[in-house]
Amino acid sequence: MRIPNDLILRTTTNLIAFILLAFSIYLFLAGHSSPGGGFVGGLMTSAAFVLMYMAYGFETVRKIIPINFRLFIPIGLTVALLTGLGSFVFNQPFLSHTFAYFHLPIFGEKELATALLFDLGVYLTVIGVTMTIILSIAEDRE
Amino acid sequence: MLLIVLLPLIFALFIPIMNKRKEQIHIGYFVIWIPIVIFIFFARYLGADFEPIKQHFNWIPSLHISFDFYLDGLSLLFVLLISGIGALVTLYSIFYLDKSEKLAHFYIYLLMFMSAMLGVVLSDNVFVLYTFWELTSISSFLLIGYWNYKKESRYGALKSMLITVFGGLSMLGGFILLSNITGTTSIQGILSESDVILNHTYLPLILGFVILGAFTKSAQFPFHIWLPDAMEAPTPVSAYLHSATMVKAGIYLIARMSPLFHGYDWFFIVVAGIGILTLCWASFLAVRQTDLKGILAYSTISQLGMIMTMLGIGTEIAVFAAMFHILNHATFKGSLFMVAGIIDHETGTRDIRKLGGLMTLLPISATLAFFGTFSMAGVPLPFLNGFYSKELFFDATLHGSEYSTAIANFIQHALPWLAVFGSIFTFVYSMYFVFGIFRGKAKLEQLPRKPHEAPIGMLISPILLVIGVITIGLFPSLVNGTLLEHAAYAVSGIHEPHKIKFWHGFIPPLYMSLAVVGIGTLLFVTKKKWDTVYKKLSDRFTFNRLYDLLIAKTETVPASITKSYMTGSLRLYAQLIIVAMFIVSIFTLVTSDGFAFLEADPSEIKISELLVAIMMIVAAVGTIVARNNVAAILILGVVGYGLSILFVIYRAPDLALTQLVIETITVALFLLCFYHLPKMKPKQDTVRTKLINAAISIGFGTLLTLVAISAHSSKWFPSISEYFIETSHTLGGGDNVVNVILVDMRGLDTLFEITVLGIAALGIYSLIKIRKNKEVD
Repeated sequence: MRIPNDLILRTTTNLIAFILLAFSIYLFLAGHSSPGGGFVGGLMTSAAFVLMYMAYGFETVRKIIPINFRLFIPIGLTVALLTGLGSFVFNQPFLSHTFAYFHLPIFGEKELATALLFDLGVYLTVIGVTMTIILSIAEDRE
Repeated sequence: MLLIVLLPLIFALFIPIMNKRKEQIHIGYFVIWIPIVIFIFFARYLGADFEPIKQHFNWIPSLHISFDFYLDGLSLLFVLLISGIGALVTLYSIFYLDKSEKLAHFYIYLLMFMSAMLGVVLSDNVFVLYTFWELTSISSFLLIGYWNYKKESRYGALKSMLITVFGGLSMLGGFILLSNITGTTSIQGILSESDVILNHTYLPLILGFVILGAFTKSAQFPFHIWLPDAMEAPTPVSAYLHSATMVKAGIYLIARMSPLFHGYDWFFIVVAGIGILTLCWASFLAVRQTDLKGILAYSTISQLGMIMTMLGIGTEIAVFAAMFHILNHATFKGSLFMVAGIIDHETGTRDIRKLGGLMTLLPISATLAFFGTFSMAGVPLPFLNGFYSKELFFDATLHGSEYSTAIANFIQHALPWLAVFGSIFTFVYSMYFVFGIFRGKAKLEQLPRKPHEAPIGMLISPILLVIGVITIGLFPSLVNGTLLEHAAYAVSGIHEPHKIKFWHGFIPPLYMSLAVVGIGTLLFVTKKKWDTVYKKLSDRFTFNRLYDLLIAKTETVPASITKSYMTGSLRLYAQLIIVAMFIVSIFTLVTSDGFAFLEADPSEIKISELLVAIMMIVAAVGTIVARNNVAAILILGVVGYGLSILFVIYRAPDLALTQLVIETITVALFLLCFYHLPKMKPKQDTVRTKLINAAISIGFGTLLTLVAISAHSSKWFPSISEYFIETSHTLGGGDNVVNVILVDMRGLDTLFEITVLGIAALGIYSLIKIRKNKEVD
């Protein structure tokens, strides 16, 4: 395959991909209190990966990030399901959430909610789904 | 009694075990004890001082369905016929069927039928009766199709099945109406509510349904067409089912129900009218037949018509004559079928044109046939039971009751003439049968086999039946007080001792009998001169053609209807679905006055909203008219982005974010897919198609607009959203209400939505990968 000379794209990608990744994690973490959440966060993370794929090609990115994105789907679903099942341990109905405030060393007074775990499941699933679809179709050389 | 009814069925379960030893001994020898035991069991009840017996066994008490058995005179007559002739037929079948046949099948079906028939005549519960009724249809179907390698057998079996099950189902309808009106499922209970039913508006419906069931089963006009085709069954089956027992199930039903309809004019008109019509028509057609069993089949139909007529007349003497003739017909017709079977067995053919002059070769069969046919013809000889019942029949037609409607009175006056007419032809075909086989010149060279007298085992059953004919002929009072009077009492409700005499003096029935014999002899002698009449109407007046046409049409018409709309075109299906939705919704909107338009509520329209809306509309129209697929996709994206701007304007940041990203991905995926697709060709639609499509889309759009306005304008309950906003922080621990709803309050939805996404992704993955692997192979 002829590799086009796209130096500018690659250079900007180096920068933008990480900004995107950081922004997506922000969206994911901030979702409970301001716009964002697992869904948009997952999509944004995927966007960062897709950008890398576009700039560097499949072979290179696969070497750098040796992740099988299909596995994200069952992992994400399991995390979401286990969050729901976890409420049984505390004798609560399925998918009951709770939250508490903790004093963390660096971040100070912060709220931690079990809903975040559920959102993590959503986040992982969405990454898996988006990447699976896009990679399957894009790699299809028929 | 439950045990005795189910005994044949239970025994049938063991037949496959016995079948293992069929090389050594014929299975029939095991089976024959069953009907004999049943016969002895019921014969105990015979006698002048018989009282009805009732027994109860629970089955489905919550639905009032139970095995209630009621043994009165009518049931007793039938169970004795079923078990008695059943035993003789089993004996006959031992010699008739070779060991190489599928005997286990035959006897299982036969025992099934025996149980079913006992159940029909003994049940006091309408639904149990119906159950057994259908079991007789099924077992009869299996027996007719016994030689299923023959096309005619399969045709006859299917025909009888369709017709009798059609009648059976309509009978079920009648039963359901009856039990609903009277509030009981017991037949005796229903009969005691006669007044309620006679004054009920559903009376004609009930009568029609019940009579349809009885007429199809008993092969009455015009449902008689299945019986001649059922003659493809083995002869023991024809003798048993299609002369003595099953075809009398309809007779039994009418007799059982006649106390209910007694005095209702239409009951007389339909039952007696159709009965006499059947009698005349079938006896007329019987002369035309060339097949021995064909003659007997039409003869059975006409005799059943005669019994039906007597039940329709319903006077005490007519009912008694009907009971008498049921017994007589079973004896002589059973023996005649067995004789026909012997001739078939010994000569290899049943075609009467090839037979003749067998008197000296088969002397015993000839004698038996002589007694059978002369009894059937009603020849006035003191040792023939057929004559007695025929004379009673003539007597009954002469002394009917008075009816209020003109049509009933007309039938009443026509009955004696028609009875004589039918009986003349009965005489002709009886003589045709016996003389056609046994007199004339023997045509031995035409016969497939060299005829000789049948083995003695095969002759026992017809001999016993003919002895029955003669015994009843000589001593009619033997069966009179012990059996027939109880049966007639059960039907008519009048207890009147009868004295059956051979000589009544010079009264009209005697003249009628003499006229039948005289004209009948004349017609039989001159048969060659007038039977060209049959050729003229050979195919014109047959209901078989109607039936065949009906069967053919039930296949072709639905097929053409299905083909007319199941074209395989998705476009058409989508149109049909949308048009159906449109019609139903508009109909509901209009009829329920559901459209509402509330002007008070709307908020102000901002200029930005208006601009976005116009942009979206333009883009939407652009998608439709676009000629290039990439352009269409991109313009579609404009609609999506417009929507996300609308979300921003309406302060839904989460939705706007998601919509923006998803729209981008969708457009990208569309482009990826369309990259592989061939270039979109503008579809060359006709103007008419375009107009129809436009009309459907505009109509559907209008509908959804109307529904949306209407739904917005009518708020029935306060929204739940206040609760979410108030408790989002305190209960969910978050300030983003949308996210708290998604992951916390309605987290289950989200759980399954991400599952849907996962399935979709894996689906796409496998679609692409599997296709690849296939192509590699």
